[in-house]
Amino acid sequence: MIWDILGIWIAAFLTIAILSFIFGDNPIYKLAEHIFVGVSAGYGVVLALNQAIWPSIQMGLMPNQHFFIKFMTIIAIILGVLTLIRLEIFSYIFPSIVWLSRIPIAFVVGVGSGIAIVASIQGFIFPQVSATFLPILSPNYAIDLSSPLNFLNSFLLLIGPFVILLGVITALVYFYFSTEQRGVLLGIAKIGILIMMITFGASFGYTIMARFSLLISRFYFLLSDWLNLLK
Amino acid sequence: MKAILDFLTLIDRRVIYSVLIFSIIIPLFLKPSLPTRPTQEVIGAYNAVESLKDGDVLLISTDYGPSAYPELQPVYEVVLEQAFKKNVKVLLMTHWQFQGLIVGVSGIEKIAKKLDKKYGEDYLILGFKPGAVGVMVGLSEDFRNVFPNDYYGKPIDSYPIYKDIVGDDDVLNYKDIDLLFGFEAGATGDFWVQIVQARYGVKMAFSVTAVMAPGYFPYYQAKQVVGIVGGLKGAFDYESLAKKKGLASLIMVSQIPAHTIILLFILLGNVGFIIRRIVK
Repeated sequence: MIWDILGIWIAAFLTIAILSFIFGDNPIYKLAEHIFVGVSAGYGVVLALNQAIWPSIQMGLMPNQHFFIKFMTIIAIILGVLTLIRLEIFSYIFPSIVWLSRIPIAFVVGVGSGIAIVASIQGFIFPQVSATFLPILSPNYAIDLSSPLNFLNSFLLLIGPFVILLGVITALVYFYFSTEQRGVLLGIAKIGILIMMITFGASFGYTIMARFSLLISRFYFLLSDWLNLLK
Repeated sequence: MKAILDFLTLIDRRVIYSVLIFSIIIPLFLKPSLPTRPTQEVIGAYNAVESLKDGDVLLISTDYGPSAYPELQPVYEVVLEQAFKKNVKVLLMTHWQFQGLIVGVSGIEKIAKKLDKKYGEDYLILGFKPGAVGVMVGLSEDFRNVFPNDYYGKPIDSYPIYKDIVGDDDVLNYKDIDLLFGFEAGATGDFWVQIVQARYGVKMAFSVTAVMAPGYFPYYQAKQVVGIVGGLKGAFDYESLAKKKGLASLIMVSQIPAHTIILLFILLGNVGFIIRRIVK
């Protein structure tokens, strides 16, 4: 119980300390910022060692483990150690071997790119392209006249695929730079800009909603959990 | 005229902050009840969890931290309640290092205690592993390759829940998962869809922060996911579908006046700007 109360007071202090940035940079804000960075880094390192690195090494080098798994674990350990050479202290002490740290980076980039390229084609481009065209080629929506609201909903569902197709084509035309944009091409590109502006606006609106959610929840915490004013 | 223009375009930020703070605090005290009309995306996510049956397996990935707590935690807790009430087996993992575990473990322990669910029988915390894409590919073969031990350091196949979930092959992978519910404050959900859904056909739904929501809606439109819960509004809709009055419902009352105030200030600023241009 006492720890819960202490936790609430610490959280309240840190919340107010961070919100004090509204009056400009100040020592209280700095204190909260440094506590956050320090605790995050420390907890992150311990968790990575406990949950990821140590169990993987233990499992990979178990006596009854298959030779191939053991071999791959040793390769992974070597690559991990080579990454550490990138630390500034090593570059001062052994500047001639710093280049070795590029091997694990190349490995990560190579594997990451290989997976990402296939995944984005298979899991993003193909499904999204078909989702752009299929509703138009095989529409299965009907206008519902039972009430004004249902009519509006069904009408929006009906024109939605056409708006999406218009957005995709006009935005693609905007990024078509192989020829000078003028005449019809320029007109289509301008519609593309308009569509993109609407998209950015929607994204920004959502971002505002997210930030306000955070702010409101902190005020709710201060008024409810800390000050106990909200019954 | 100059005074009006100055008022419209040079409002002191302290005035804006003060008005905003009042617009947030007053509704928290008044607690007005809000009407809601859940969107199809939220209904899809809700129905996906509701359609799970006794013994089905729900894989939850809490890929967010305390900064996304007000938007995602309410949905996370309702999803857990739905699943536990139906005796669905829950597996919890995260790609978000320490933050994902903090929110994930605290949430599942709270709801499990409330509904008297036992660790290792009804739910299992797999923990955290770095390298999102590698983890997802690794899970497709055998969960034990990626998570040999659970969050508490015991082998995952030593728990009764493991034996209940796996088939005759004694291997736990995506074929055993009936629904994946991702709680996403970043791009990890993109990997879930592009790698796991596209390759292994795992049914999935997401609860995402409002910042990420516009990027995730195309997956719903393309039927790659069965539901999306976007931001606090989505969380509020989800709670209303479950007939719960949780954190999202409590703080949503301030969201509307805060947005209205922001809109008014944007309007005032732009009116002042336009008039100033006309006058010049």
